[in-house]
Amino acid sequence: MPASRETVSDVELGRRAYRRKQNARSVLISFVSTIVFAVIVWITIINTPGWNRVQRSFFDLETAIAAWPRVIAGLWINVQVLFFAVIGVLVLSVLLATIRTLRGPIWFPLRALAAAYTDLFRGLPLIIVLFLVGFGLPGLELFPRNSAQFWGTIALILTYSAYVSEVFRAGIEAVHPSQRLAARSLGLNHGQSMRIVVLPQAVRKVTPALMNDFVAMQKDVGLISVLGVVDAVRAAQIETAANFNFTPYVVAGLLFVLLALPMIRLTDWYTARLRAREQMGSLV
Amino acid sequence: MTPPVLRLDGVRKRFGDTEVLGGVDLTVAEHDVVALIGASGSGKSTLLRCVNLLERIDDGQIWLRDTDISDPRVHADRVRARIGTVFQQFNLFPHIRVIDNVTLASRRVLRIPRATAEATALELLDRVGLAGKAREYPDRLSGGQQQRVAIVRAIATNPELLLLDEITSALDPELVVEVLDLVRDLKNEGTTIVMATHEMAFARDVADRVVFLDGGVIVEEGPAAQLLREPREDRTRAFLARFLT
Repeated sequence: MPASRETVSDVELGRRAYRRKQNARSVLISFVSTIVFAVIVWITIINTPGWNRVQRSFFDLETAIAAWPRVIAGLWINVQVLFFAVIGVLVLSVLLATIRTLRGPIWFPLRALAAAYTDLFRGLPLIIVLFLVGFGLPGLELFPRNSAQFWGTIALILTYSAYVSEVFRAGIEAVHPSQRLAARSLGLNHGQSMRIVVLPQAVRKVTPALMNDFVAMQKDVGLISVLGVVDAVRAAQIETAANFNFTPYVVAGLLFVLLALPMIRLTDWYTARLRAREQMGSLV
Repeated sequence: MTPPVLRLDGVRKRFGDTEVLGGVDLTVAEHDVVALIGASGSGKSTLLRCVNLLERIDDGQIWLRDTDISDPRVHADRVRARIGTVFQQFNLFPHIRVIDNVTLASRRVLRIPRATAEATALELLDRVGLAGKAREYPDRLSGGQQQRVAIVRAIATNPELLLLDEITSALDPELVVEVLDLVRDLKNEGTTIVMATHEMAFARDVADRVVFLDGGVIVEEGPAAQLLREPREDRTRAFLARFLT
């Protein structure tokens, strides 16, 4: 901003000095209060009667180092599952949401099927879907034998698509009807209006919600361990059983948090940016 | 003899118990500019939406040249592609650039190659003084600019008929002029226009014929100068008196 190089009135200079002072004060206050708060929490915890035992069985550095290679290898499995599940969920949920907006009698069976699907899989607990898909579907012997990791990914896609398709549908309905009207009045057909005009706007509207679902999925990939996949959670379990020490769980937990943090921050940043754009830089 | 561009024959439309159009007959010849006037709820907008097949009529017939477009067997998308529509709220697509707004129908409905469509669009935008805004998103434009883009979008496909639905009602007074000037230009080029409007002065200037609607029926229609200056019907006089004072 060239404004600072121009001559500025004394009143504005005074206001700037005041704001600078206020700013420095807020930083100082928040710094001190954070330190005080952390110290109080720390002292309270280490003075509890059982702290020594808890520290040994949950925060043991040696166990953590020993468990590290196995847990990190397991986490890599989680990341792979997450990658394929995200792609699967995006494709399936957009498809479901679009099917539910189709009009015309010929589409009734598809529409009904999509509605039944979302009802069913939003109601079913993920862990039951995992068991049914992971142990049930391979029994059909329809497909060549696939790994538990494969079926776990399928189960995640099935459950999360039901949620995410509802988010997309909400977004589609949030696009003002006048947009569809304008598209149709140009001669675009229903499909074109959806694809070119409605869906792109819907996706923008629901992106923060979708990112949040992504964060939720990021930790739910840990549940595939119930199928016997040696992911981070399973690896931690094995290490825990071997040493009678719970530290590997803490290690796995921290790794999951680290994995989720970038996405959480990105979601916050994107939401803030959307809000800033809508408020056009106003103060409140 | 060539048929008129648009002919309405006893068109009726009801929403529930309210009759919004109670048997409207209207003929619009080639190069005609017809202004629909009347109070809110008189049926002006509904009439335009029926012509564009955005509403289904309950009785009567609508002819676009020699096609009966009220026949359920007509291909509605093809009919709409022959008619340009401009809405009160502009309804530009906010997620695509001005140029893409303008070329969308040419590319997707008429299947004109992008380069050709963009050349035409730039020429049109240039004529309304907005070529410099072609690569902007609509929300960076003023209301008047947005509405001019909406008009350009509507005429980019060379429609046989242009419908304008109170296109200045959502604009600040100082922006109304630029939009009305554009409509005047279109008239001079011979565009066939049916417009619902509250701008009586503009209707007098530009319209060949003015149609006064009240309670869903045409109370009076005639040459603009005559109808607005010396209306024959009491209802027309009462309506105009409220407007011109």
